[in-house]
Amino acid sequence: MTSANVDNGVNVEHLLGARNALTEAREAAQFTWKATNEWLNGTHSRSSVDSYHGLGEEHQHRSTFTFEADHPLVFGAEDNAATPVELVLAGLASCLTAGVAAVAQNREIQLRSVKATLEGSMDILGILGGDPDVRNGFNDVKVSYDIDADASPDEIRALVAQSQKRSAVYDIITNPTNVSVEVN
Amino acid sequence: MKTTTVVVGAGHSGLAVSRRLTERSIDHVVIERGEVANSWRTQRWDSLRLLTPNWQSRLPGYDYGAHGGRDPDGFMSMPEVVRFMADYATLVDAPVRTGTTVTSVRSAGAGYIVDTDKGRWECKTVVLASGGFNVAKVPELGGAPPASVTAMSAFEYRNPAALAPGGVLVVGASATGVQIADEVRRSGRPVTVAVGEHVRMPRLYRGRDILWWMERSGLFDERYDEVDDVVRVRRTPSPQLVGTPERATLDLNALTDQGVSLVGRLAALRGTEALLSGSLTNKCELADLKLDRLLDTFDEWAAESRVDAVGPPERFAPTRVPPSPPLRLDLAGGRVRTIIWATGFRPDYSWLDVPVLDQKGQIRHDGGVVTGSGGLYVMGLNFLRRRKSSFIHGAGDDSRDLVSHLAGHLDSLAAA
Repeated sequence: MTSANVDNGVNVEHLLGARNALTEAREAAQFTWKATNEWLNGTHSRSSVDSYHGLGEEHQHRSTFTFEADHPLVFGAEDNAATPVELVLAGLASCLTAGVAAVAQNREIQLRSVKATLEGSMDILGILGGDPDVRNGFNDVKVSYDIDADASPDEIRALVAQSQKRSAVYDIITNPTNVSVEVN
Repeated sequence: MKTTTVVVGAGHSGLAVSRRLTERSIDHVVIERGEVANSWRTQRWDSLRLLTPNWQSRLPGYDYGAHGGRDPDGFMSMPEVVRFMADYATLVDAPVRTGTTVTSVRSAGAGYIVDTDKGRWECKTVVLASGGFNVAKVPELGGAPPASVTAMSAFEYRNPAALAPGGVLVVGASATGVQIADEVRRSGRPVTVAVGEHVRMPRLYRGRDILWWMERSGLFDERYDEVDDVVRVRRTPSPQLVGTPERATLDLNALTDQGVSLVGRLAALRGTEALLSGSLTNKCELADLKLDRLLDTFDEWAAESRVDAVGPPERFAPTRVPPSPPLRLDLAGGRVRTIIWATGFRPDYSWLDVPVLDQKGQIRHDGGVVTGSGGLYVMGLNFLRRRKSSFIHGAGDDSRDLVSHLAGHLDSLAAA
């Protein structure tokens, strides 16, 4: 499948092999992604990610990854880290870019550079409780890609479109999800 | 009763198979729960016409010209389809047992037992030609519409006048969805279409019917074992086409021109609200890009094959997506009175007592040769053997191939 001279560093054979194996073994395809979070001070907190469940067993990441978040100075906070909504933008961008690389590899398109710029617009009267008709979340998310690759403009647009079609975070943001929050 | 082959269903697939069996002098019966072309008679809305042009309506040894048709570029209404099929059944002298419902098909030794409400058939081979579109698929949405809304499938829809006054939400933008949305909108009702993945096609390209291009370029003949991902192509939605005397294009832009509102895929029902996906822009982008690739294919073929008598290459305006389509629709406020599910169809195998279905209830088969049950065949499913398999004219080649395989199976039984 992979052409010898196209290398975006994505193991497409592994992904296609997994798809074939998992359509016959649906249980193994059930993954659980996990994170923990601990309050530090003020609006500052730290999330940790070290393990996930899938293929019927628990897996450890190669190390524990941490992500801090805080609110900015204009909110009267200390701005120790990115805001949570900026982490959401980062998650969306990372997911779409990974998809672009994988789809490009599968379509034998050599990438040279892929850059995304994201903007999420928000009326903060929502989170401040200042107007009950304003939602808390983004009104709109705009993603803009600059891609340099051995492909026509339409082929590049098709990479980005296909990446959205197969993106977990794009799906999470564009579709509703049931969320249950419990207190132990 | 004994026979060599039982064919389940007397639609175009079953009749084509019957003709092939007769050609080989293979003793058979065709079991039909209603009349010939039963689904076309009973499960279609009033105004429906085929989306394939008349010249493409052909079955083994028969075509529109032989049928006495005089409008090759037109599109058959349902009574015309029924007449076409009934005439074909008479022509090929198909041994159809009408008004007979199959209640069970099961293995018995090297053959099968087919139970019906009119008695039992013992046979060596069975061809399932009961169609790929028996049951309306309705998505699991985590809730039900409020009582003020009538929800129906495309099977239950007949015409706009039969709907409650007021707004209509059509869920799905494939052939069925866009056709119903257009007709209901023309009745003066406010119409919203929830748009997921869809296949955009113009009716005419370079002055020729788009299905002329599909056929002549060889795309309709593309085989299931030649495509990259047969699972994906078998799930491809039906194209946004309609058969009208004007040969009009019915894509999303045409619906927008009619005043139809486009929204994202229906993602969930919560309380009295429909929640819609924010993916509309990408769904339209995917369809526009895919259409351009299809037209590129046609242009390349036309250039290589030196096709004349066609107009110059053309490209169509991108789908106009509303800048910020709503993400929720209030279903209780009276603005939506009817929901029509145009979210696809699936075959009904509830009477099939042979363990050949996968986890998703789909029959396992290799180009119509059912896997793990020798002598069992299926016809008429999406991309069964070729891109054209689910179209009427697709039955010709598929029935030839499968009856040839079936004859080989009978020979091997005889030799054993």
